[in-house]
This record gives sequence, C-alpha cells and structure tokens, in this order.
Amino acid sequence: MEIEFLFWEGCPSHPEARQLLDDVLADQGVDVEVTVREVFTQAEAEELRFPGSPTIRVDGRDVDPDGASARPALNCRIYHKADGRPSPVPTREQLEAALS
Amino acid sequence: MTIALATEAPPFDLPGVDGRQHTLEDYADEPVLAVVWSCNHCPYVQAWEGRMIELQREFGDRGFELVAISSNDADAYPEDSFEQMKARAAGQGFNFDYLYDGDQSVLEAYGAERTPEVFLFDGDRRLVYHGAIDDSREEDEVTQRYLRDAIEAVLAGEDPSVGDTPAVGCSVKRKP
Repeated sequence: MEIEFLFWEGCPSHPEARQLLDDVLADQGVDVEVTVREVFTQAEAEELRFPGSPTIRVDGRDVDPDGASARPALNCRIYHKADGRPSPVPTREQLEAALS
Repeated sequence: MTIALATEAPPFDLPGVDGRQHTLEDYADEPVLAVVWSCNHCPYVQAWEGRMIELQREFGDRGFELVAISSNDADAYPEDSFEQMKARAAGQGFNFDYLYDGDQSVLEAYGAERTPEVFLFDGDRRLVYHGAIDDSREEDEVTQRYLRDAIEAVLAGEDPSVGDTPAVGCSVKRKP
C-alpha cells in the first residue's frame, strides 16, 4: 500500500489531518510509511493535480474522490462531513474507507 | 502589519454584493461594528459563516453591525470573484454586508492575514477585539465565544475581557 500526504504550508489544517491519518493507520494496524510532500507553487499544484491542502491518496486514489477533480490551487481544501457541513480535513470515515 | 488594539478603524469605501457602495461612515450610528475578513472558498470561513449570520440576527437590533470583506486575489482564486461573492451571499442568505476589496488597499490598511479574522470596534471606532470568532470551527465544541462576549461587553459600556486571540483560517490571498 502506498500512501501520499500532500500539503501546502499556507493552510493550517495539515497537522490535524496528518494526526488523524496516523490515528486511523494505527487503529487499523496498517504499518506503512507515508510519503509526505509539500507543495510550494501553483505550477507544482498543477503538476501534482493538487486540489488543495491537505490531499491524501491511497494507492493513487484520493480519499475524497468527489473533491479530487477541483481546480489545482494553493488553498485549503474543502471536505464535507456526512451531514454536509464543510471541513478543512477529511473525516475519519473517509480515511477508514480509503484504507480498507 | 495588523492594526493594534485601540487603533481607530481605517476608512473604507467598497462595493457590496447588494450593488451599493459602503463606507465606514455608513455605520457611524452603530455602537458596535465588526469588520470580518472573509471569502468564498475557505472551509474555515464556511464553517463559521452560520455563526456570523446568527450574531447579526441576535445583535442586529441592539446596535451591532457585522461587515464582511473579501480581499482575495480573484485572478488566482476565481471562486472569490465579485460575481461569485454575490452568488454566495444570496445562496447562504447573508444578513450582513459583504464587500469586495479588489485592489487590496483596505486589506493593507487593516493588516488582516486570515479568513475569517475579526476586527471589533466600539462606538468611537477604536479596536477593542481582534482575532477569532470563537475557539473552535466545530460549533458543538466551542467553549469560548470571544466575539459574542466582546459584543456584549461593548454594548454594556465595558472593554472586552479578551482583546486579542489568534485568528485560525485560510491565508488571505494577496496579489503577486
């Protein structure tokens, strides 16, 4: 399993998202090294198809496929909770589903 | 640099999503004025938007006015264009003025860095509170209602007990 964690420093949500990812990996007993990459420029965002920070991919598949096609940009990515409320981090359930 | 507590509110003259120009003087009769840096595309703003609406609803008839300003570079972030601001205000039912600072001159005057970021002014238009709306983007986890408490204090003729907190949110998108 390959896990990528892409982030942009200009958005403050990535430490929380990284902690949540680590928690879910531990809960599921997944022992894998997460590839972390910081995105610095708009050109990099476009090259990496980075729709906002943070973006997490498991074996190349975005944990939130619905948001993966958004315009590449250096911004905070919008996720949505099950009840529709916006959030700057994916939900635990999204991460669990992506890792299962 | 962000303006300091007790600083007089820098003036502005900006177009609103309602099709009118809005100046600082337009709000001169309101004893409490909150100028909030905002935008469309930020999930932190979206998480707090409902609370902005609720504060205006609750305190609007007691002399409080909330004014939201977006200064984001709409060339790089087209979701924050003036046209998109109009659409978001209508879609979310904003009950406060939502102004567009296209040349970022008002941003420079206030020194805002995040969205959302609050500048609360008293009746003399001196800055009495700056920072976050409250202490959690998750409404059911809020324990400190900084802006609400500050509004209540000013309406009671007192200084807020907390004057400055860190604003948590997206960076303001400055023009290159």
